[in-house]
Amino acid sequence: MSAPPTLIEPSAAEATQPAREAIVFEEVAIAFEDKKVLNGITFRLPYGESKIILGVAGSGKSTLLKLAIGLLRPDSGRILTLGEDVTSMKEEELFDLRRRVGIVFQESALFDSLRVRENVAFRLYEEGGTRESEIEDRVREVLRFVELEHTLEMFPVELSGGMRRRVAIARAIITKPEVLLYDSPTGGLDPVTSTTIIELIIKQRDVYKTSALLVTHRLQDAFVMATHYFDQRTNKMELLPPGERGEVPLSFLILRDGKVLFDGDTQQLAHSQDQYIREYIS
Amino acid sequence: MELISPGEFAKEKVQSVQDYVLLAVRSVANLFRSPRYFGDAVQQADIIGVGSLPIVLAACFFTGAALALNTAKSLGRFGALTLIGQLVSIGIVTELGPVLAALVVAGRNASGMASELGSMIVTEQIDAMRALGTDPVKKLVTPRVISTVLMMFFLTILGDFLGLLGGNVIATVVLGLDSRQYWSSAWQALEFSDVFTGLTKPLVFGFIISTIGCYYGLSTKGGTQGVGRSTTEAVMWAMILIIAVDVFVTRVLMVILGS
Repeated sequence: MSAPPTLIEPSAAEATQPAREAIVFEEVAIAFEDKKVLNGITFRLPYGESKIILGVAGSGKSTLLKLAIGLLRPDSGRILTLGEDVTSMKEEELFDLRRRVGIVFQESALFDSLRVRENVAFRLYEEGGTRESEIEDRVREVLRFVELEHTLEMFPVELSGGMRRRVAIARAIITKPEVLLYDSPTGGLDPVTSTTIIELIIKQRDVYKTSALLVTHRLQDAFVMATHYFDQRTNKMELLPPGERGEVPLSFLILRDGKVLFDGDTQQLAHSQDQYIREYIS
Repeated sequence: MELISPGEFAKEKVQSVQDYVLLAVRSVANLFRSPRYFGDAVQQADIIGVGSLPIVLAACFFTGAALALNTAKSLGRFGALTLIGQLVSIGIVTELGPVLAALVVAGRNASGMASELGSMIVTEQIDAMRALGTDPVKKLVTPRVISTVLMMFFLTILGDFLGLLGGNVIATVVLGLDSRQYWSSAWQALEFSDVFTGLTKPLVFGFIISTIGCYYGLSTKGGTQGVGRSTTEAVMWAMILIIAVDVFVTRVLMVILGS
């Protein structure tokens, strides 16, 4: 698989990782009130790769993200996140691991009593040990990344849906996490705003090489991520040349009835003969 | 409403009690673990203490006045109207002051805590907090417990004073008694055990209000309807527990203090 034109050297964090996979699911199952939501889920997310999780509503996509960082416990199976077995860790131990993972929730989940500045800097304040001036610089830097520096003093309620998602992305990336989890980051947004969000995700993938799990039910998002790269010279998302489309560190996981129906890269997805997949992607 | 078997119902209730006890224990244990959220505790103290002050003072003042009016009727029959200060002070300081203040704070703040934390649950803010590496019990529950316990103590002292003042207004304006005599008899009637009982209860009630409010908030299920349900149940259970525990605390303190 050839790299897109502007990809840069792997980050230091990635280079020093002993484990080859950022996230590993092994035969994971979970049920809510006797209804099996996920049943025997197995997949791997290598470092530096983004995996798009597709599936109909209620197929357990968001549950899968929450399981990855121990917000939910599986009934059976094993989950390794950044080399650590989250299924056997206590809640107190998980807090340290979660500081290395960023998550963007479906409805942003910004703290509505805090300003954008405090929301974005939340993790830095909690960790302590960072000077106020440095916090200010880092908050401005990530807000500039999502092009929302002017919202610093605003409350979440004053922002539009798209702006809230971008602030949520800024909050997730401020500590430069090793893995990012996006839960329907474009859900309920208009096409223009959705494209802006996907551009930010591609920027994070191609510039910082962050591993990511991205839950979506919008095929358009998956299509854009597979066919575009982020050009640092123009600071814009660009279409890959025809021969290189799909040649980005991207894979797909399709869930159906609580099981993995498909796990593979763009080419494999495009050439899948499965009737359900063909209907799903057509 | 879905029907469940008596066994399942009992199991659910036992599970709820267990979860509540665990939350209450963790909220106290967090006092000895860092990080400690002093700023959040101060902010909560302002919301709970300063915010509840007018209504607690008003409730205690008028209750003190009503108590004076009611006792005056009985005391008058025996020609012992001058004892009114004693009756009002013992009634207010040992019982009515702490319980009234607690019921008012429960109505105002247990509901506030349950609805705030419940809203945070349904909008995934609690999950976000956990995902950002912060313990919600440490950050949200412990500061509320500390603030409510402390503020209940001071609110009760002020409430007691306003209750006595209400009694004084009735004694002087309506019954024509001497104000100095009222205060002197009110003061002399109080023993150490009365004051100790009256100031221990608010600490227990403050703990009940905050832990019940937070428990129902954090165990919210469903959407906005769930938040409403949690809020109502928090107030109901906080009030029931305050009244029931009051009897228990009164008896225990009587035994301990030998009164």
